[in-house]
Amino acid sequence: ENADPQKTAFILRKQWTLYSVTPLYKFSSAHLKDYGRQLGAFIAAEKQKGLAVEVGVELGIKVAVSSLPDLRGSDQDHAAVLVQLSLKSSASRKKTEEKLVWSGWFCSVAGDDLSVNVLEDFTCLPLFLANGAESYTSLVGTWFQKTFDCCFRRLVISPLILTWMAALWTGYKVDKTSSAMELVFSVPCLPQPLDISYAIHTEDAKALWDAVQKTPGEITQEEVDVFMDCLYSHFHRHFKIHLSATKLVKVSTGIASAHCDGIIKFLQSQHLIRVLMLLTELAISQIQ
Amino acid sequence: MQRRQSSKHSKQPLRVHDSNQTDLSAWRKEGSINTEKTVQNQQSLSDDSKHNSLEQAVRFFEKVQDRVSLKKSEGLQKHLSTVESIGLERGLPPEVFDTLLTVALSGKLADTVNTRLLKSLVPASVIPESSVVSSVSWLCVSKCTSNVQLLFLRWLITMFDFIDCKEQLHALYGFFFSFIHDEKLCPYVCHLLYLLTKKENGKSIQLYELKKPLGMQPHLQALLSLYKVFRPELMSITLPGKMKTYFKNSEAPWKAAINAVRRRNQANSPISQALCLGTTQPPSRKRKWNAQLIIPASSANTQNLVGNSEKNSANDFFPVEQLQAFTQLVENIHCLEFPSQMGSVLTNPLLLHYMNCIKDESIYLRLYYWMGQTLQEECTWCVVENSQYEQEFKDFLEIIYKAECFLQEGFSSCEEFLCRSLPLWDGSCCRSQILRLMSWIPLSSFSEMKSHICDPLAQLFFTSSLYFKCSVLECLKELLQNWLNWHVVRLDSESDYQFCSQNTTLSGLVDGIAELIHFVGWISTVALRLENNCTFLLYFILDFYEIVCDMYLKYNLPLLIMPPAGVFYPALLSMDSVSLNQLCYIMYRYRTNLVAAKENELTKKKKQQFKFSSQTYQEYNQYIIAMVGCLWTSNVFQKDNHPQGVRLDDELLKKTGVQEFKNSFNIVYHPAMMGYAAHFLQQACPDDPTFNFSLIKGKKWNWYLDYLYAQGLEGLKLFVESSINRVSQASQNKARNVEV
Repeated sequence: ENADPQKTAFILRKQWTLYSVTPLYKFSSAHLKDYGRQLGAFIAAEKQKGLAVEVGVELGIKVAVSSLPDLRGSDQDHAAVLVQLSLKSSASRKKTEEKLVWSGWFCSVAGDDLSVNVLEDFTCLPLFLANGAESYTSLVGTWFQKTFDCCFRRLVISPLILTWMAALWTGYKVDKTSSAMELVFSVPCLPQPLDISYAIHTEDAKALWDAVQKTPGEITQEEVDVFMDCLYSHFHRHFKIHLSATKLVKVSTGIASAHCDGIIKFLQSQHLIRVLMLLTELAISQIQ
Repeated sequence: MQRRQSSKHSKQPLRVHDSNQTDLSAWRKEGSINTEKTVQNQQSLSDDSKHNSLEQAVRFFEKVQDRVSLKKSEGLQKHLSTVESIGLERGLPPEVFDTLLTVALSGKLADTVNTRLLKSLVPASVIPESSVVSSVSWLCVSKCTSNVQLLFLRWLITMFDFIDCKEQLHALYGFFFSFIHDEKLCPYVCHLLYLLTKKENGKSIQLYELKKPLGMQPHLQALLSLYKVFRPELMSITLPGKMKTYFKNSEAPWKAAINAVRRRNQANSPISQALCLGTTQPPSRKRKWNAQLIIPASSANTQNLVGNSEKNSANDFFPVEQLQAFTQLVENIHCLEFPSQMGSVLTNPLLLHYMNCIKDESIYLRLYYWMGQTLQEECTWCVVENSQYEQEFKDFLEIIYKAECFLQEGFSSCEEFLCRSLPLWDGSCCRSQILRLMSWIPLSSFSEMKSHICDPLAQLFFTSSLYFKCSVLECLKELLQNWLNWHVVRLDSESDYQFCSQNTTLSGLVDGIAELIHFVGWISTVALRLENNCTFLLYFILDFYEIVCDMYLKYNLPLLIMPPAGVFYPALLSMDSVSLNQLCYIMYRYRTNLVAAKENELTKKKKQQFKFSSQTYQEYNQYIIAMVGCLWTSNVFQKDNHPQGVRLDDELLKKTGVQEFKNSFNIVYHPAMMGYAAHFLQQACPDDPTFNFSLIKGKKWNWYLDYLYAQGLEGLKLFVESSINRVSQASQNKARNVEV
């Protein structure tokens, strides 16, 4: 159930902006190279809009579209697709020198809910993650929207889902001793923004969660609520602040960190697939 | 009233929304000349005076011979400001450019005048090429100052795309080229040449030698790079590769005016506006890249070009961009392909036609995803940041609605959107659009989402204004009408019925329609109480029942539902003859339908499985007893046996102190009819000023009836003639109601 750590290493410790994507029409994994070429031409054309024709200058951006067969939950899922944009160094001494400036990938982990309702011509890769300048995201997204008649939408994470993430990720086993769990709350209706950061030792959080959770492998909303309420009352005892009256904006654990704006950072390749499964589910619920 | 009634008889079951059917002949990409015509047609009468003054101004400038001082000549001042105001506000027609350019470049007038003239030369539609050619000849003879030359070149660059044809202009390439040595003009000449250069111009490149004396300025570099693209073998020089802006911006003096004219013309022409939605982007917004309400332009699917070049399939397809007329659609229907983004069909009636012919589920799925996401993302009341873009969202909803009318069916993403967003809706934002979209919810999904739609709608209905209530009733009437039309169309193609209605059986359909009618009956009853039986509201309610009462005969649906007492009695005792007449018509149609149903039942023909319940007949009979007792036999207070009816004890009635209470609601004394009775008496007995209503009896009663019919109370006529059995001419006052 875990992806090959080597192949997914590029995913870790980067901030990924989350999008949901409706099924791609007439997308074929057999044509990834062509797609790369077309997307490259599209980006070049967009970049040159309004400028005079350039002569003798190589286009600075190289596009690579490839498949990531490791990133999926089951055989029902389509293999993930990776798009990378790299900039050729302007000092053209060495041709091999390329700098990765933007990457994005489409994936589906246990996305059966969506794919069963969809016809043959459609490919379900409901989750899209992008890292790099938004201008590139915009170009790549626009091209995909135009070519495969799909729709990109930012995927935000509600505070309720964040509490689920906090509980779920606390429960995951981690090999290495990792940093503390941190919850960030923002206090609404203040003239100045005020954030409260609440850090708990991983072991303490794990002990609390183990005490709350009854049946292994099955988690209920009540359990998540109890877990959070315990954390809140502990905080209240010390600081006399009701965290339940604030808004949870960020959760970070040893597994990953998630921000309510729809930004995620993966820290462990070990539980990558499980995290992606939850994100796929969120993306699908936004599409349907 | 008469008009209403007559239209009623001619009403066809299948009523197509004419106004929303897009006129195909009108839908063509507007040629430049057409645009101009449309624009001029749209101009109202007040514009004629402007037109005249422009003509005068042009005639004045034609005649100008010698230098006229601006300060001294009032005529010049007046005509110049006319040209300026019209040019900058609405743009100038093509025919005036020749004269005005000639004046500006011939150097007859002072530079200030020439400059002002040039700056106001904004086209309403196009600039004729001939006028540009003649002005270039003026440029070459150098009658004007270098400042005017410069301004003219900048004007030409800015207006380049407005020139209707550029063949002759290309022929002047060499003349423009000669200006390249003029240091001041050089940047603009380079820009112009850059726009004009074609491959064959590369031959005559003498630009080589220019390089040294002129140096490598950006404008020259741009031109050289273009030559190098066309004629790489002639250009051995290497150009620095760094990208930069090559040309100075020339459009500054005209930019605002061009935009203003364009906006004005677009607003005046509905067709071009609809087209623009498809092709241009809304003014830039500071929003996320993908959160913009853009209906994609229809463009061919680029995927054909991918990979399968060996099949060479691209040639077999007719590109959607070229599809501009219905005949083209018919001729190429076998080799058409949908655009790469299905959303673009919404603004393209031809593609909507095509969509109607092609039964492919993927089309609907693509549209479903795109529309669903866009509606959710752009909804102005679900997403707080969107509130400033209400107009755009309105337009979008409008476009969806029009497409639905065109296809005569709703989009499923739209239903889901309504379900999701109606509970959050305030009832005012995009009101008419939302209500109209509701009328296209298909019956099959309605029963599932009744609670999602009806509950929030009822809440808003009860708490909102009279106008809102009427709009809701109107939209529910449309909804019922659409369902019934759908049913009739399916019945006509009986074989399809089984196939299409897998999840909507006839009994499902009947149940769904019954649910809707009961819902409307309920909210109508409450609304009449809230609004004190307002006539305006009653009109919309009875309008709804005009469809309900005819469902059996007109739409072949084995269902009839009587209005609730809360609607029937307010209409019967209404102060307004319009409502009463409408009620009479409705009761007459109920009777006709019920009689037909009974006959069919007796002959045991079709539809035995659906019998009207005896309750329906019973309700009808109760109502008809009340109505006849009220309007005709004056015994309603005794005879009415409806539990919510007006049966009253004589004792109680006597306490009211009203004399002759028995007949106080017959066609003479009824508050809705008294006006007619009074008017009738005035004509029948002009000598009697006492308004003795009791005179209307016997022969006069018949005359009075004829008088009422002549006043356009058609509904009353139909009702009296069908439901009241007038035993004999001798005893007209004794009438017996016919019970079915």
